[in-house]
Amino acid sequence: MNATIVQPSIQLPLYQLAHGRAGDKGNTSNISVIAWDAACFELLVAQATEEKVAQWFGYRHPIQVTRYVLPKLHAMNFVLEGILDGGVNDALNLDTHGKGLSFWMMDMPIDVPKTLAETLNVKEYRHTA
Amino acid sequence: MSTQHTSHPPLYVGCATGFSGDRTDGAGPVVDTLIALGGGVLNFETLAERTLALAQIEKRKNPALGYEPLLADLVGPVLKRCLDHKIQIVSNFGAANPQAAAQRIFALAREQNLRQPRIAVVFGDDLTQPAQLKFLLNKLGSDIDPARVVSANAYIGAFEIAQALKEGADIVVTGRVSDPSLTLGPAIAHFGWDMDDWHKMGCGTMAGHMLECGTQVSGGYYSVPGQKSVPGMDRIGFPIAEIRADGSFSVFKAANTGGLVDDRTGREQILYEVHDPARYLTPDVTADITQATITQEGPDRIRIEGIQGHTRPAELKVNVCYDNGFLAEAEISYAGFRARERAALAGETVRKRIGHLLPLRVDLIGAISIFGDDAGELMGKGLPESRDVRLRVAGVHIDKEVAEKILREVTSLYCCGPAGGGGVRTSLRPRLDTLSCTIPRESVPCGYHFVEEQRA
Repeated sequence: MNATIVQPSIQLPLYQLAHGRAGDKGNTSNISVIAWDAACFELLVAQATEEKVAQWFGYRHPIQVTRYVLPKLHAMNFVLEGILDGGVNDALNLDTHGKGLSFWMMDMPIDVPKTLAETLNVKEYRHTA
Repeated sequence: MSTQHTSHPPLYVGCATGFSGDRTDGAGPVVDTLIALGGGVLNFETLAERTLALAQIEKRKNPALGYEPLLADLVGPVLKRCLDHKIQIVSNFGAANPQAAAQRIFALAREQNLRQPRIAVVFGDDLTQPAQLKFLLNKLGSDIDPARVVSANAYIGAFEIAQALKEGADIVVTGRVSDPSLTLGPAIAHFGWDMDDWHKMGCGTMAGHMLECGTQVSGGYYSVPGQKSVPGMDRIGFPIAEIRADGSFSVFKAANTGGLVDDRTGREQILYEVHDPARYLTPDVTADITQATITQEGPDRIRIEGIQGHTRPAELKVNVCYDNGFLAEAEISYAGFRARERAALAGETVRKRIGHLLPLRVDLIGAISIFGDDAGELMGKGLPESRDVRLRVAGVHIDKEVAEKILREVTSLYCCGPAGGGGVRTSLRPRLDTLSCTIPRESVPCGYHFVEEQRA
């Protein structure tokens, strides 16, 4: 049982806890997730797993999702292969590079212990049951 | 660290564009700042993956073109200051025709009554000779007709740039080189670094990586109102790196500009377009940022340390761009009650009429567009309500006449579509596709030479 689940927690969108940027190479997107506050980095590492991110981007059918953790930057780098409909070459999307996809990532929900959330100066959130 | 190296003063490298099409007025403040610091090097990074193919198309039409179309706008306003203060310009704005770019710069100097600059051109990246193309297509396992190939270029490294600077070039013009090499080359020339000193190659490369997207490290591509604010976005300062003899470096921005450099803009940019952070591959090195740290050193100034470097990749990356039909896009807007339903009906109508001829993508801009996938899976999960929706229909076909049908079908929605459609815009453009592979370094006969001015 994860200790963070036992405590009363609230669900926050990732953008309350992190910021990031998307880049592309061919049909692969890389999206950084950088903790706003070092205090929530461990929580992000625990919850923003390869499996969860693969599921969050499931409608784009990633071939593989690889996460690289960079503790010294309080950051993670997600490499999502095969999610750009062919990327600049073949996609019919207006945004062939998938530059906007960091903002899809940033809507991913994260459970945050209330005690931690109170220290983060978060302005908007919704309570979970 | 040898005392010989640490005795060198730092090198300042500024970068005044992050792509072809970037703001052209960034160089002035960068050059003024470099002058105040006692000199340095000015980069212009202007070559995205596709830019070179478009430049080749221009060169085919006119052999005197095929370099960065905004070259004169970029260089003209700062050429005098750069020559007067020995600020070297290193740029890939030569694109498909570095020789012609060099001649254009000679002409600029003459128009401004300046001394004739010493211009070096780096060559060898262009691999469009028939024998080279045959080799590449074979290597790629591709059966495309060589006549459809628009451009084929290897990403070459920092060596030629460094040598040209050591020999006294005022300006180094390249075609395709790896972006960070534009910064690493000057660092090699300045500090006398050995090209197999992998740690230093890694440091200079990551300094270049931080600069190569222009303002993306200094407050561009960062702001979210109410969350991440950036002052003076209408006059964001382009970045400058202070590279020290031990390989550590700092990044700041041109003086008297807007923008923001902090540990957050720095962290977003250091990971930009990086896959495995232990293996950032360039022609010069395998850079490793897993132990990198970014610390705020002062206002709008960060310090990057802990970069590592490993042996460079054995082969060079090559991009081959080729014609692959036409991209057709057409849009029409619906607003007011049931706007989303009317736009969706319009899209379905187009699908029924031409969906059997080519794969179509339908966007409902204002409800779901760029988050959506080409197959429409996200859209199928439900659409948010919207009272102002722009239908976009897009498709690609090798046959121009088939692609054009998208334009006609969306245009005809004016009369034949749902109620109240307006504002049709259509666009038809050649589609360029890219193939990539790596090839042995020996297959890329690169070098550099100093150019003579050719006067008509």
